[in-house]
Amino acid sequence: MFGFISRRIAMALVVMFVVALISFLLFRFVGDPVNQMVGIETTPEQREALRQSLGLNDPVLVQFFRYVMGAIQFDFGNSYQFKQPVADLIGRRLPATLELSFASAVFALALGIPMGVYTGLNRDSWLSKMFLSVSLVGISLPTFFIGILFIFLFSVTLQWLPSFGRGEVTQLGSFWDTGFLTISGIKAIILPAITLGLYQMTLIMRLIRAEMLEVLRTDHIKFARARGLPNRSVYYIHALKNTMVPVITITGLQLGSIIAFAIITETVFQWPGMGILFLQAVQNVDIPIMAAYLLLTAFIFVVINLIVDILYVVIDPRLRTERGRA
Amino acid sequence: MTDNTPTVSGSEASEASRSALARFLDSDLLHSFLSSKVTVLAAITTLGLMLAALFAPIVAPFNPFDLAQISILDARIPPIGMEWSDPRYLLGTDDQGRDLLSGILYGMRISLAVGFLSVAFAAVLGISLGLISGYVGGRTDAIIMRIAEVQLTFPAILLALLIDGIANGIFGNIDRETWAIWILTFSIGLSFWVQYARTVRGSTLVEKNKEYVQAARVIGIPAWIIMIRHVLPNVLGPVLVIATINLALAIITEATLSFLGVGVPSTQPSLGTLIRIGNDFLFSGEWWIAIFPGLALAILVLAVNLLGDWLRDALNPKLR
Repeated sequence: MFGFISRRIAMALVVMFVVALISFLLFRFVGDPVNQMVGIETTPEQREALRQSLGLNDPVLVQFFRYVMGAIQFDFGNSYQFKQPVADLIGRRLPATLELSFASAVFALALGIPMGVYTGLNRDSWLSKMFLSVSLVGISLPTFFIGILFIFLFSVTLQWLPSFGRGEVTQLGSFWDTGFLTISGIKAIILPAITLGLYQMTLIMRLIRAEMLEVLRTDHIKFARARGLPNRSVYYIHALKNTMVPVITITGLQLGSIIAFAIITETVFQWPGMGILFLQAVQNVDIPIMAAYLLLTAFIFVVINLIVDILYVVIDPRLRTERGRA
Repeated sequence: MTDNTPTVSGSEASEASRSALARFLDSDLLHSFLSSKVTVLAAITTLGLMLAALFAPIVAPFNPFDLAQISILDARIPPIGMEWSDPRYLLGTDDQGRDLLSGILYGMRISLAVGFLSVAFAAVLGISLGLISGYVGGRTDAIIMRIAEVQLTFPAILLALLIDGIANGIFGNIDRETWAIWILTFSIGLSFWVQYARTVRGSTLVEKNKEYVQAARVIGIPAWIIMIRHVLPNVLGPVLVIATINLALAIITEATLSFLGVGVPSTQPSLGTLIRIGNDFLFSGEWWIAIFPGLALAILVLAVNLLGDWLRDALNPKLR
């Protein structure tokens, strides 16, 4: 097991190295950093001086090393559009994205698990069939269109919930501003969180349903019934527990795509998070922000994958010997 | 897909093709298709939408790109059945007075074109790399599969966004209008190749050790011909399923990127672009500009998804 984990960590480091290399090449060679920083009236001598002081004349390997060292200390250079350090820009918007992702993950789990158990237990009830067909429609609707439909229904027509922004936020310490402590903040997060979590919810529901159908056929469930245990404890303790391994894996991996899909949801709801920042960077070819975002998301994904891999081995004892040897 | 029968002369060939048709008419595939009403409906819808998009210049009542046909005075007319509607515009008009139905038909054309092209690109790239990976093996295999694994860590939409952004950074100076669609196709295709490569590699590993491949190798046929002529036809079955499901995904991805404003330029509006334009008018009550293109997109994707689901079940011998 130790060998397996250390191999995984080595693999994660390789991935991070490759992403850092791509990110550096982008940062250094797509667009000229000097051109982006100075005006038209700057003389060639001044440009050369700036080039020298930025270290752009050093060997590429030295520059790469410096870039990686900077990135480890959250120094990603200055944004071309905003003329501010990229780390500050991202840091200021990180809480909004993380709160949105967290809220939508909670929504997806809180609804997806019970719906999955229900549809697994009552295969032929009309409610199960409805859940399943609605989920198929849900998968076919693009995230941004679901958001638009929600805004049209709940903000424009019914006027129940706000359609943009975070509402009132409270400052917690110097790094974090939260929307969870005010009523307007909580109202503002409902629509974006549901929009973002809907796809994950249907995924979890279908997964749990499939797993439940399989687990219910196994011997230990039959035995639990034979012992005369009440249905509820058979279903929720003996059966649900055994469906958890794939659910944890998928949920973990989905956390990554929640962060990616947050770009879309943030755009629809004008949610002031990292996603909008990244999108503006893509539109305006603001390479330092793109490079930093690439590194940051890669880091988050690699860490999540690593944790999921390790959890897998910890939770399922059968995998320990097999994978350890492989 | 292929039959390994030896080459036949003319009359025998027509005999064989007739029996192939007869075989198809009697096959499980056709039977399972006709017995599922939802699938037949999905197939009719898909075919209908594709034909309507293909023949948009003939079918559509107006040409939204022809400035002579649009008038700003006709802007934001509601669809038929509402107050102030105009019988000429079945689904109403957008902010510039363009007929929405025509806009949707022309937009679907671009969405489908980008969808098909990027699926074709992803499939060719993925199949080639998968074939090479499985057939050659060794270090080549390890490198290709490692890249695939790393890429699989990232969601396709994020990759497509990134590639699009980088491509625009590199080709910043060229004419955006003409190239945007190709850059978009390239970025979507490049973010979807992994699935094909992994599937094809898996089947190639199995086929490679079968006798017909060994026989071909023994008589000295070059490796690349064996790969293309002998292995490829036998690994294509699952690829068809992936391609169908990917078509739906590619259409969604294109729409999403265009909605985010990084996809096709607004002079050639796809469904996603139309929705983005309509989104600005949602609050002033002109809901149809965003909702109708969105519904068209949803119906198209749902129909393709249903077809893909059916194809997956029908081609999977385990479920029979």
